Amino acid sequence: MMSCLATSTRTPSNRRRFLKQAASAAAIAAGPAITKAQEPAAPPPRIGAQPPSARQLAADVGVPSTQAPPWIVEHPGSDFMVDTLKALNLEFVAANPGTSFGGLHESLINYGGNKMPELLTCCHEESAVAMAHGYAKIEGRPMLTMLHGTVGLQHASMAIFNAYADRVPVLMIVGNWGNAVQAHNAQDMALMVRDSIKWDDEPKTLAAFAESAIKAYKIAMTPPMGPVLLVLDEDLQAQAMGAARPRVPRVTLTTPPQGDSGAVLEAARLLVAAERPLIMAQRAARTPNGITLLVELAETLQAPVNNSERVNFPSRHALAGNGGQGYQPDVTLCLEVNDVSGTARAARARNAKVVSISAQGLYQKSNLQDAGRFADVDLDIAGDAEATLPALIDACKRLITADRKRAFAERGVQLAEAHRKARARDIELAAIGWDASPVSLNRLCAELWPLIENEDWSLVSWQGFIGSWPDRLWNIDKHYQYIGGQGAGGMGYGAPAAAGAALANRRHGRLSIAIQTDGDLMYAPGVLWTAAHHRIPLLTIMHNNRAYHQEVMHLQRQAGLSGRGGDRCHIGTTLTDPNIDYATVARGFGLHGEGPISDPAQLVPAFRRAIEVVKKGEPALIDVVTQPR
Amino acid sequence: MTKILVLALILSGVAAAQNPGNGKTLFNTKYRCYACHGFSGQNGPGARLVPMKLTREAFFTFVRHPRAPRPGTSPAGQQDRMPPYSAKELPDTELADIYAYIRTLPDSPPAKSIPLLNKIAGEN
Repeated sequence: MMSCLATSTRTPSNRRRFLKQAASAAAIAAGPAITKAQEPAAPPPRIGAQPPSARQLAADVGVPSTQAPPWIVEHPGSDFMVDTLKALNLEFVAANPGTSFGGLHESLINYGGNKMPELLTCCHEESAVAMAHGYAKIEGRPMLTMLHGTVGLQHASMAIFNAYADRVPVLMIVGNWGNAVQAHNAQDMALMVRDSIKWDDEPKTLAAFAESAIKAYKIAMTPPMGPVLLVLDEDLQAQAMGAARPRVPRVTLTTPPQGDSGAVLEAARLLVAAERPLIMAQRAARTPNGITLLVELAETLQAPVNNSERVNFPSRHALAGNGGQGYQPDVTLCLEVNDVSGTARAARARNAKVVSISAQGLYQKSNLQDAGRFADVDLDIAGDAEATLPALIDACKRLITADRKRAFAERGVQLAEAHRKARARDIELAAIGWDASPVSLNRLCAELWPLIENEDWSLVSWQGFIGSWPDRLWNIDKHYQYIGGQGAGGMGYGAPAAAGAALANRRHGRLSIAIQTDGDLMYAPGVLWTAAHHRIPLLTIMHNNRAYHQEVMHLQRQAGLSGRGGDRCHIGTTLTDPNIDYATVARGFGLHGEGPISDPAQLVPAFRRAIEVVKKGEPALIDVVTQPR
Repeated sequence: MTKILVLALILSGVAAAQNPGNGKTLFNTKYRCYACHGFSGQNGPGARLVPMKLTREAFFTFVRHPRAPRPGTSPAGQQDRMPPYSAKELPDTELADIYAYIRTLPDSPPAKSIPLLNKIAGEN
């Protein structure tokens, strides 16, 4: 297989040194001209400081050759890698620079013109992968990331696990750097993250790379989606491509798996016969069409939809919710719900039934316990929920009689009333602590809503730490209007995922908003600089409760159970003394920054100013000191 | 004379129990009750303490003997549960100050009096 490479007697690591030397020699040869071009105003020549003659130059550095020096590799293998990556239509590649993928890096920016993909300068590999995570949640396809051998991969490992647990596709390349720095080298590079990736490969030839890259993309994009990793030896990047340029295979995505038709029919029978059906949707809608399909199913059955994680169902639809107080479902349909065990246990206790449709059952591995506990369900359909919905909707429609239709209509009226009451209750609760200082999160979200409701907006941060107030107060009905959480609950995801999602939104002209927790930002705040450098329009509003607040509460409970009191639980959990001035931090990274704001009356003017900045294509940050939750 | 002394002691106790300034320090800084109940006493996953609807005695019971933890659940799984504070960990005098402070915290306005919330409520 190595025969497709042109023979070269140079080691790859030498290539870079020779290139540097060649550049130096050229600079010497062209010295006077370059010096002149670089100096804005040349000083008058001094007597005795005349440039050397051609003869003197030839004696000093030799005669410049018009031929390329023999050490130049004009078409390195990494150029072909770029051709392959371009076939995948990748928009961006996020990376913190690392020598082990230096060949590919150089090809991307020079041979590839730094377009499709365009390089994103990241300050931490965790940020690079988390940016790709957030990007994929908006765009529905992977961003490429490049990671340095061993060290970069380990930096990235937490973000990889988040993406894995969140079933999000990320395409990663990690370099393996010969013998140059032993600590950046590994016999089995992927081993250290294999538990939290879907697939990996280490192609040894360019032809194998092309197939592996396409295959990796396909595997990442097949539900259940997940991150994939290619290990690239530096030799393969640096050596000449040779005359026999390998073929770039076609990219034909694998169709998402649909649930068994017999099982789908049985699920339809249960749902149509149910008196109080409930649909629970977690990662069901992969595409905008997923929302349309779920609305159609819910309206066909007149069943409430309990939405969690991403946008599966419009927040203000009359069927949004859990059916209201006292609504005990007799059949629960779980769509891509990661952990059905609790629902199944509760259903069994009241002789109710549970149906699960999920691609999770098609792919089970890993030492990491993210796949949910055993669920004692009545019908377990292995298949992608969105791909299965059309068949389920059809089956339900065929089974619905006129009597059932009347019953459904009556149920629909009751459910709409339950939804109305739940919404009215949320409005009442939104008044709590309205004038409080620090600012309540309900007030923050309420004040923001009128400023964005007429924009094409996208919430690119998790609602779990902010009381789900956007879901309760805002009209969320498009797939990109909320991207959900971390996946594995790993902090440090929020800020870079928001930047990645905002980058995906930029092409569509959307206003991206992140309500950003302080503890999360402090993992790798350098992503703010990345956002400024790459002109990523993102409004970051700090939820600054000056703590790793979940842990404050946890430690207080722990101290209570130990009978030792809670007066020392701030130790190791709070971010005070000194308080962090996030507006100054933001300005230091080149962003518009305002704050800290503790008075709720100051929110709207600051939000308006920041939105203006973001609408001009720049990131902005408003630091709001908040109630803890 | 004895009666006067007892009365003086009771009054001094009441006076100590009515030190909301100290209660604020205890609530926000020492015991960090705000963590679950908010600096406002009403925002957060903990019980809403404003307006304070418990008598002093009921409040003491709430702090000393909250609901028992769910069996087999770790502290991490009990985010909505109040941890118990014995008199050894949080003396009666301090708890009384906290109670007094909470009673000074302003209640929230009704949602109907807030135009922005009325606007949101009226949206489809």
